[in-house]
Amino acid sequence: MNPETTETECVFFPKIELQSLITLLVGDGYHVVGPTIDQAAIVYDKITSVDQLPRGWTDQQEAAKYRLERRDDDALFGFVVGPHSWKKYLFPPLTTVASAQKTESGWQMQTPEPDTTKYAFLGVRACELAAIAIQDRVFTGGPYVDPVYKARRSNAFIIAVNCAQSASTCFCTSMNTGPKCSSGFDLALTELEDGFEVESGSDIGAAVLGRLTTQSLTAEHSTMAAAARQQAVDQQTKQLNTEGIRDLLLGNLDHPRWKDVGDICLGCTNCTMVCPTCFCSSVEEVSDLANENVERQRHWDSCFNLSYSSMSHGTTRNTIASRYRQWLTHKLGSWENQFGTSGCVGCGRCITWCPVGIDLTEEVAAIRGDAAPKPPGGAA
Amino acid sequence: MTTKQPTPTTATKPKLAVFKFASCDGCQLSLLDAEDELLAVAGIVDIAYFLEATSRIKDGPYDITLVEGSITTPHDEQRIQEVRRKSKYLITIGACATAGGIQALRNWADIEDFTQAVYASPQYISTLATSTAIADHVAVDFELRGCPINQFQLIEVLKSLLAGRKPRTKTHSVCMDCKQRGNVCITVATGEPCLGPITQSGCGAICPTYNRGCYGCFGPATQTHAQSLTDHLVREGAAPAQLVQLLRNFNSAAAPFLEQSNRIQDAMNQEGDNRV
Repeated sequence: MNPETTETECVFFPKIELQSLITLLVGDGYHVVGPTIDQAAIVYDKITSVDQLPRGWTDQQEAAKYRLERRDDDALFGFVVGPHSWKKYLFPPLTTVASAQKTESGWQMQTPEPDTTKYAFLGVRACELAAIAIQDRVFTGGPYVDPVYKARRSNAFIIAVNCAQSASTCFCTSMNTGPKCSSGFDLALTELEDGFEVESGSDIGAAVLGRLTTQSLTAEHSTMAAAARQQAVDQQTKQLNTEGIRDLLLGNLDHPRWKDVGDICLGCTNCTMVCPTCFCSSVEEVSDLANENVERQRHWDSCFNLSYSSMSHGTTRNTIASRYRQWLTHKLGSWENQFGTSGCVGCGRCITWCPVGIDLTEEVAAIRGDAAPKPPGGAA
Repeated sequence: MTTKQPTPTTATKPKLAVFKFASCDGCQLSLLDAEDELLAVAGIVDIAYFLEATSRIKDGPYDITLVEGSITTPHDEQRIQEVRRKSKYLITIGACATAGGIQALRNWADIEDFTQAVYASPQYISTLATSTAIADHVAVDFELRGCPINQFQLIEVLKSLLAGRKPRTKTHSVCMDCKQRGNVCITVATGEPCLGPITQSGCGAICPTYNRGCYGCFGPATQTHAQSLTDHLVREGAAPAQLVQLLRNFNSAAAPFLEQSNRIQDAMNQEGDNRV
């Protein structure tokens, strides 16, 4: 989409009209999910009112640290991304994919109907749009389409929000995924002091927008919205040099840095759980004691688990270092071979939520041989 | 005419025994608490020795023996040998049996001090200076972690033995359970120390779900780096004495927790630091 063209299509609606949007979507049968404060963080949960949004709050993030702080204004979206991502709705942590019951006449096999709940995601950031696009390729791009993901994804209404700030962990500009939302949304908002600059990105988005009370965008609003988006660019300090990154990583499989980071990494799976693109799962049969009722369950799994590479001959990746290397080389390297893009969107969640603060951008810099790389996890 | 599958008779059902050593009985109770499943368990195994459930006792040998508790007395040192001899599969249940339990805190103290302080006539007390895991004394076929154990994991182990397959109990960290429940990491979001990243799954992340740090009931996760976590927590301002207390709970004698609590305590002793 041409950015200049987009700007001219934008309209304005006052803050109060955001509640109208939520109410309208609820009336259309959507489960509206948006950012809200819970457990000392901004998470994604079902909302029905703008009062549930984190009005006047922001997040301070660094490696292994996340803190909520008060803003000096009443911004509704004045933060970046938290521990949750939209994948928990599109690719749920636990799904029953089949079941079987033993009856008098033999085994009866059943495939549950996919959950067709209509979700409206409010507050999807540019990096998250990129992550959804990546998971679209993973789950629906090839010959084997995942019915669970597809059912939820095809019903989803996406309201993106342009970031007006960056955390110290953000590096979307390095990954070319943000901070401006450019595609993959039904509506995109830029928050201003008294309202939102709104852009529609789909026919369904335009139809919803048409049912709201909007005003034409003034030049002043347009300038302020552009300045807000530019502020996110200007605040971004973290960088990942992606030049030749696939060959760099896959060409350095014996680099001593893998052992260094492997000694610090806990193998706890947090990075993969919070990653909006990580898609590993395991499928297992769960039965009752009589072995007469069996469910086949799919649950999130992680390449950091020892059992994940366990096969008949034993465990393929039998050290944490080998599992960290598997994750990073796949995420930033062989993902390209598999899906045609990087697996990283630069959201920085894996940095913030690593309990010991391992920063993948530092790991790549160390392997690249950049001057004075820091030790893994910020150890002195 | 179809032939009806014969119901297993007592003679053909595997014999189950439950033996208790130094413990609080909570893990045995998990089996009794299984309620719905308990009747099914009783249907597929012959409960031959389970004093907490029934005074009806059958002699060994036993096909499946569950052992709760740690070894803390000279008498129990002998008794566990006898239990092993009578058992085809010996499965330890709970933190006491797999790591020595909370009573392994005696391993850092003088047992004489305790018996003098607690008992009016300590000369009648026959005890060992240490509390040790069952596997320190006899070969163990499978260890079921937890304080207490998870009843669903216990039933999974029984099911797997009866089906002749390996038990599918999870070995990943507590963090994975937290994330799948949607819990926010309390260490990252509030700074409170939590052992979740280095602790094996099993409880379903109960404590973090109720906004407190994990204190390692299910023991160390597989192949973890406990020192990396404790070093990080100290760098972030945790008091070393607090970490020693955190590591010295129900699994204080499990190797990675033991090594770290000793390492931190030694460093504190060298610096003359005893702050909590």
